[in-house]
Amino acid sequence: MINRKLTMGVLLVLLFYACSKQVEQQYAVFRQPGNFPAPAYNLAGNEITGKGFELGRKLFYDPLLSADNTISCGTCHVQSAAFTHHGHDISHGINDRLGSRNAQPIMNLAWEKTFMWDGGVADLDLQPIVPITSHVEMNETLGNVLNKLRSSAVYPALYKDAFGSTAITTATTMKALSQFMVMCISSNSRYDSIMRGEGPLFTQEENEGYGIFQQKCGSCHKEPLFTDLSFRNNGLRPGPLNDEGRFAITLNAADTYKFKVPSLRNLAYTAPYMHDGRLRTLNAVLHHYGQEVQETLNLDPLLRQTDKPGIALTEAEKLKLLAFLRTLNDKKFITDKKLSEQ
Amino acid sequence: MRQYLALAILVLFTACKKDETPLDNSTAPLSIEFDNIAGDKNLQLNTGVYTNAANEPFSVSVFQYFISNVKLTTTDGKDYVVPQDSSYFMINETDVASHSVKLHVPQADYSSLSFIVGVDSLRNTMDISRRTGVLDPASYSDHGMYWGWNSGYIFVKLEGTSSSAPVDASGQRYFRYHIGGFGGYSTPTINNIRSVTIDLTRAGIASVRRDRETNVHLMVDVLKMFGGSSSISIASNPTVMFGPFSVNIADNIPGMFRHDHTED
Ligand code: HEC
Ligand code: HEC
Repeated sequence: MINRKLTMGVLLVLLFYACSKQVEQQYAVFRQPGNFPAPAYNLAGNEITGKGFELGRKLFYDPLLSADNTISCGTCHVQSAAFTHHGHDISHGINDRLGSRNAQPIMNLAWEKTFMWDGGVADLDLQPIVPITSHVEMNETLGNVLNKLRSSAVYPALYKDAFGSTAITTATTMKALSQFMVMCISSNSRYDSIMRGEGPLFTQEENEGYGIFQQKCGSCHKEPLFTDLSFRNNGLRPGPLNDEGRFAITLNAADTYKFKVPSLRNLAYTAPYMHDGRLRTLNAVLHHYGQEVQETLNLDPLLRQTDKPGIALTEAEKLKLLAFLRTLNDKKFITDKKLSEQ
Repeated sequence: MRQYLALAILVLFTACKKDETPLDNSTAPLSIEFDNIAGDKNLQLNTGVYTNAANEPFSVSVFQYFISNVKLTTTDGKDYVVPQDSSYFMINETDVASHSVKLHVPQADYSSLSFIVGVDSLRNTMDISRRTGVLDPASYSDHGMYWGWNSGYIFVKLEGTSSSAPVDASGQRYFRYHIGGFGGYSTPTINNIRSVTIDLTRAGIASVRRDRETNVHLMVDVLKMFGGSSSISIASNPTVMFGPFSVNIADNIPGMFRHDHTED
């Protein structure tokens, strides 16, 4: 009898311990969605933990990272807009000085190999340096941000919990931000549940739209990330700033006007579209591909297969495409409390 | 059997060791002085006025550069490579202490010194946790030596005023030369890493011994940045950053370094 009680007790304690461990770890685990490939981010070099993720999230939403303490990463990367700057074509930061590009979503970055529209940043751990030190974004120096964090009443203890030391360094700060960003995974759209055989199937309209998508869009916007991660020119007329895209990074003339192929997930929340946010609606995007593709330098060969550059689309096809694109919206991602400011 | 094994291990061990340390491994101090000049004048920030090869007057307000991957060669041809993790230095004209690179090297007579002006491509692509000291992007205040938007270090930064420079947005006649570019992560692009090898035999070899600090005194001439394999005009190129033209300035960089004398 006594023995039984003891065993039960031990079991209970064990169970409790296991549970609390689980709670602590609930979002500390990077899970590769069943229909996704292996991630590109070096997870071995930055083990994701509950405390590291929480620190990263706190930093992401903290305006302390900007020169006048008014702007956080979350100011331009808003969760309800799938971490873009909803309604802004080009993002403004400190003193409203205009940046020149449309904020990209913080979404499925663990699978990306380069960052920014031109791929100028080759490691997610190096990315936050750009907005922090950019004159049109947060206008702060990295050294000063670290000093502000060091003299804060809360951060040293949070760094200790996350990385085992109260020392606040460039590396731990960047790795914490990466932990949060890597966990911003959108993989619960209707499309995903269908691909994983979990939910109700496509409607007939969606299914036809899927077929059109695979035929006309899918080689650049490659499943399941809806980007092949390459740099291409989709025929936008150069804007007033004549942004040359990838050329600025490689200085190779063959890269002029090429931009990173963006994902098509969560388009319902991420308007406006394109690197400079020039197109406000998906109808405008389809009109672009159908009617307005320009014969600019390095226009992608895939958009040059007919006499008139672009992708021929009937009105009926457009409606079907739009129906399919709607299955890529992931409400769970934009409402997930663990990714929100706490 | 055991004894043989122990012997084998011993032999193996000493064999390995021999390969790694060809030199006497008791070290002694050696400093390399980077003395920034402008032709036959000392470099004086802001106040000094100099004339470049294109006959343009200019003053310097910022002069900073990376020295890395230092290697020494003895008179009998043996190399000593300063360990990678402690082989990155930033020479900043405003910081006198930075002008002298302090090393501890095996005692020997060195007849040649070589280094990279800039940061090798490996370090340019390394994990952030390996970027400490002068490689930490947080270590720069106003004059950053790191490009965030195009991940990579700025190797040499020279800025100043010149009446030959056009008026910029802030109403000043300013020129800015930020030379960097390590060749690219995955897609190749310009590579402005330049290595310099200095023959110490003409102005005095470095006899490094434990009882003293040997000092190799180098002159670094900003005028040579404007003239050498190509002549650079401030009027036609007031701003040179990441772009094809920067290669012309990079090609002038090795010519800026000259050995003046050695103090044993
Ligand atoms: C003022 C608005 C603004 C702020 C503040 C801001 N960003 Fe951004 N972010 C942008 C814009 C605009 C882009 C696209 C930049 C480009 O392509 O040049 C971008 C791109 C990115 C990307 C690249 C995504 C991809 O798919 O390649 C990441 C990652 C990112 N930001 C993270 C952050 C982090 C972390 C912070 C805070 C330290 C931050 N951002 C602060 C506007 C902002
Ligand atoms: C040749 C490759 C290619 C093809 C084919 C292609 N796209 Fe694109 N798409 C791109 C590139 C590149 C961009 C980014 C262009 C820019 O901003 O400069 C883009 C941008 C977009 C955007 C904006 C996304 C955002 O977040 O701003 C949408 C929406 C889009 N494409 C939908 C489609 C649809 C629908 C099709 C098929 C009818 C299609 N694309 C076919 C390459 C392609």
